[in-house]
Amino acid sequence: MASNMNQSAEAALVIDDVVKRFGRGQEIVTAVDHVSFSVKQGEFVSVIGPSGCGKSTLFNIIGGLLGDYEGAVKIGDERISAPHPAVGMVFQEESTFPWRTVIDNVAFPLELQGVAKSERIDRAHHFIDMVGLASFEKAFPSQLSGGMKQRVSIARTLVSQPKILLMDEPFAALDEQTRLLLGDKITQIQQQLNQTTLLITHNLTEAVQLSDRIVVMTYRPGRVKRIVNIDLPRPRTSDVVGSDAFGHYVAEIWNDLREEASRGMADSESAASRRAAHG
Amino acid sequence: MAETFLRRRAPELFGVAALAASVLVFEALIRGGVVNRYIIPPPSDILLAFERVIVEENILTRCRDTAIEMIIAGCAAVLVGVPIGALLYRSSLWRRAMEDWIGALAAAPIVLAFPLFLVLFGRSPKTIIVMGFVHGLAPIILKTVEGLASTRPVLINVGRSLKMTPSQMFWKILFPSALPVIFTGIRLSWTFVLITIVGVEYLINLGGLGQLINELAERYDLPGTYAGICFVVMVSVLFFVALERVEAWLQPGR
Repeated sequence: MASNMNQSAEAALVIDDVVKRFGRGQEIVTAVDHVSFSVKQGEFVSVIGPSGCGKSTLFNIIGGLLGDYEGAVKIGDERISAPHPAVGMVFQEESTFPWRTVIDNVAFPLELQGVAKSERIDRAHHFIDMVGLASFEKAFPSQLSGGMKQRVSIARTLVSQPKILLMDEPFAALDEQTRLLLGDKITQIQQQLNQTTLLITHNLTEAVQLSDRIVVMTYRPGRVKRIVNIDLPRPRTSDVVGSDAFGHYVAEIWNDLREEASRGMADSESAASRRAAHG
Repeated sequence: MAETFLRRRAPELFGVAALAASVLVFEALIRGGVVNRYIIPPPSDILLAFERVIVEENILTRCRDTAIEMIIAGCAAVLVGVPIGALLYRSSLWRRAMEDWIGALAAAPIVLAFPLFLVLFGRSPKTIIVMGFVHGLAPIILKTVEGLASTRPVLINVGRSLKMTPSQMFWKILFPSALPVIFTGIRLSWTFVLITIVGVEYLINLGGLGQLINELAERYDLPGTYAGICFVVMVSVLFFVALERVEAWLQPGR
């Protein structure tokens, strides 16, 4: 009990017995079912699970985009029910503004806060440099690759210096090599800023490459199946994917996930069969 | 160097060549008697009529009159249509109630209602401008609603995550995101506005190019009539080039 209280006290983010249901009457679907875990200051935690396990619902609850839920998501003593300035969100879909240059995209949150132009340009420049896009400040998103656009989104989120960086499968649309290299970049930034980060993903290698801990979710309803500590050395690069320990973690988590993913697949197949049977 | 220039300009050159070829084909068909020259005059006659139309028919003043009417009616359609579209986007009930009616307005041959507008506004440029405005309104309203409604949800979520106010959300995300679709509406609208303005000028025999075309047709001056129509096309092209420039200036990254 005392240890739990200590853990909560040092936690930057606490997810406490969160439940989210959709629908009404007999059509109620429980997407997230009594999920609890916490993220410590400076820690990198990933939530992994098969499609349909409520990962994105959890992302929206923590980001304050879904306010109507049971339980509590807390930053300090504050329960989140709307977007909170301490949480910076990076979305799965490409989310740069096509009508703004890279620097104007990144400076956007500061513009909303009324920060003076010279200061917001300086701060945007710093974070663009950090994500490795210094020579593209004047470019428009249409001139950038998918990976570069996601780096712009990450810089735009970091520029407000959020206490917690919340990312929903930001590299899902990218190829594996780009994903590994961007993973290096994220690790480097996270270490540099000591950034508390929560990553929602379905990618096993990405989760192990980046995380200090991984929360494994069950297939519908989404519950915490297990929390795995990733004891790989830091600073960490994508070289780690070749190590035995990395392979061991991937295999271990896959053992947990395989059953859930199989249930998900069986569920999708039976739904497809029902649809086919009903023409 | 010359090869690169040719490759870059190939579409334009091809367009000009296709136009020139069509003109030559018509010239040959008309001169050969295949097409009646009293229905379509030979392009060479139309070309020769240009000088007469410019010198004797005060074409620049007429172009200016039509252009001014078009600017007033077109800009009024934008200034009124975009806010109405934005309001309809906000109210689902109003949108569902009005969308079909506005669609019907876009398809209606407004130009035929000129007697009503004559009674209301008299035989004056006011009638021409109001009719142009009314016909140009619907496409802008419909495309504004469509543009705002097609804003990618992820961009709206970015705005929500940054705790943007409804006003910030509209001006900084929804409106810029909808601009390309709104401009499609403006292009359609201005086409309707020009057609209506020239049509009403023709019907009530007042104003710029429409009246000139009417007078030339009444005089059975077919080459002059077609030359007048060419000037309408030129005014239209000028407006669309200007609109493209404004669009490129407002949306540099697209």
